[in-house]
Amino acid sequence: MPAASITRFPRHDAIAFAVLAVLILAVFPLALDIFRLNLVGKYLTYAFVAVGLVLCWGYGGILSLGQGIFFGLGGYCMAMFLKLEASSPENTAIQSTPGIPDFMDWNQVTELPWWWMPFNSFPLALIAILLVPTAFAYLIGAAMFKRRVGGVYFAIITQAVAAILTILIVGQQGYTGGINGMTDLRTLLGWDIRTDSAKLVLYFVNAALLLGVILVAVLVKRSKLGRILIAMRDKEDRVRFSGYDVANFKIFVFCLAAAFSAIGGAMFALQVGFMSPSFVGIVPSIEMVIFCAVGGRQSIFGAAYGALLVSYAKTAFSESFPELWLFAMGGLFIAVVMAFPNGLAGIWKSHVEPLLPRLFNRLRPLPAVTPAASEAAAE
Amino acid sequence: MIGDYTYDQFFSILAMQGFAGLILFSVFVLMALGLAIIFGQMGVINMAHGEFMILGAYVTWGVSLFVTSFAPALFPIYFFFAMALAFCASFTLGVFVEWAMIRHLYRRPLDTLLATWGLSLILQQTYRSVFGAREVGVSLPDWMMGSLPLTDIIEVPINGLFVMALTTIIAVAVALLMYKSRWGKQVRAVTQNRVMAGAVGIDTKRVDRMTFGLGCGIAGIAGSAFTMIGSTGPTAGQLYIVDTFLVVVFGGAGSLIGTIASAFAISQAQSTMEFFLSGSMAKVLTLLTVVGILMLRPQGLFTLKIRR
Repeated sequence: MPAASITRFPRHDAIAFAVLAVLILAVFPLALDIFRLNLVGKYLTYAFVAVGLVLCWGYGGILSLGQGIFFGLGGYCMAMFLKLEASSPENTAIQSTPGIPDFMDWNQVTELPWWWMPFNSFPLALIAILLVPTAFAYLIGAAMFKRRVGGVYFAIITQAVAAILTILIVGQQGYTGGINGMTDLRTLLGWDIRTDSAKLVLYFVNAALLLGVILVAVLVKRSKLGRILIAMRDKEDRVRFSGYDVANFKIFVFCLAAAFSAIGGAMFALQVGFMSPSFVGIVPSIEMVIFCAVGGRQSIFGAAYGALLVSYAKTAFSESFPELWLFAMGGLFIAVVMAFPNGLAGIWKSHVEPLLPRLFNRLRPLPAVTPAASEAAAE
Repeated sequence: MIGDYTYDQFFSILAMQGFAGLILFSVFVLMALGLAIIFGQMGVINMAHGEFMILGAYVTWGVSLFVTSFAPALFPIYFFFAMALAFCASFTLGVFVEWAMIRHLYRRPLDTLLATWGLSLILQQTYRSVFGAREVGVSLPDWMMGSLPLTDIIEVPINGLFVMALTTIIAVAVALLMYKSRWGKQVRAVTQNRVMAGAVGIDTKRVDRMTFGLGCGIAGIAGSAFTMIGSTGPTAGQLYIVDTFLVVVFGGAGSLIGTIASAFAISQAQSTMEFFLSGSMAKVLTLLTVVGILMLRPQGLFTLKIRR
């Protein structure tokens, strides 16, 4: 019943959006202390990546195992700006070359490299956060999709790029901070980001940005573009024969996912106060895919819950049973692929949603039962 | 004179780095052969391949401990049983994994990637819980220690030579199996056209299972060989997995010759550059070159004409 489903979608999305907004804007801030709230903020930065993956993988059918690249690039762009601000000549007077980041000084670098220069300016840094990862994604996407490389090949090549970037960051210690990453980030335009009040503000900024990203994703999903993406995933050749340039749609959605991840990475660096290669490489990148898979690879809202739940489980497990965590994670990968390919959103749709109309009917026996609801109940 | 070296020294350095590259090449070939067979035939990417290799390494380690304490007389030749046992262990685990997991996912290759990644996490933690997080090494029999002096400057380690000989034997054996045996004919038939192969009476499911098992078994032998040149830890498999994938993709999926050629190119490039640049930059440059070439030529060096 296509007519019914088209009229039903927006309301569904609106309700889901409202529920998520209330949860992250009201429930979490009221229920959690600032330390836990900061952790939730960190988890939510992964949700940016997961939402991007829903568009890219769930709708477009492009599995990228290198989203950590874009999360990392975004995070590093932000961290470079913060690091330069923290390395003012007054703060670094004890170094042999004052005014450059401490790790450069430790590695006998005496001058700020040219590609660090733009990060002295906040507007330029903000542009870089969005532009650098997106341009990089465009480069990879254009090279691969124009030659009709997809599927497993694309996954492996993105994974290899993630590995290369990590090795490069770790190897070029003097320019990137090496394995420790960029630590000791203090202020943003003179505003101390380590205080509790700053953390609270950053949490809300992050939550608002996430809601904005989700809104964009929902718009993409509901637009014609979204339909073409799904058609492309299911029968790529048929879309190509209908006269669409499949490669351009793929490049666009891959770049969009990269931009989302970059925003997440930048907010990560701001909220956590450091950035390191351990958020760039193969393992974090594939973990980001599991956030998306657990939430439901075709559900934009599910991705946010998936990121929250898996990251929470990771923290909880690693605090109390560090040995069991890898088993749990491995089991999760297998279970989500073999038993619940549509993740939490799939379970919700098949098990919880049919119960809702009945529940509403019981609460309010008389009033209007929408045709959609009665249909669902009849099933 | 080149830089600070005389021609003689320079040549020797190239030769030694080349030899180090050949050892790396052997490990790559042993790992990539199994992966290439599986990927070529079933389109399945086995992310847990490194862990199958480590299983072989731990089996070898176990055998070496057993032999030193219970049958010291057999010590000089224990590697040969260890290898057979490593093959059997990885083969069995491979067949089991195919039965329990992979066969349900043939239509979803991207999902196999995630599921086998999950498997690799579980195996890693199992190794860590059973064998401990520390790296273990085996003791080599006397005849494998030391090195052969070729000239005054160039010396080649015997264990390296042994690993290379082993690689050659395995590669030849796999090639014979694939191109001369009845079973190999069936495998190639399934690779080229699965539906038709089924129509002429080949049990494609059985072929799939055996191929997966064989690929994993070769990884087990790779692990066994790996213990001769380095120590084994629970996460050692992951260090090689990305390189091995690139080897397979770069060589062209399904082409054994391509796999061997790309393993050779990648390992030689890496070890030669390692001497002139830092290790990490050598790796970055090699991988970047490979990725760059793959972007220009996505089908890899050698391609098999396959009707999909």
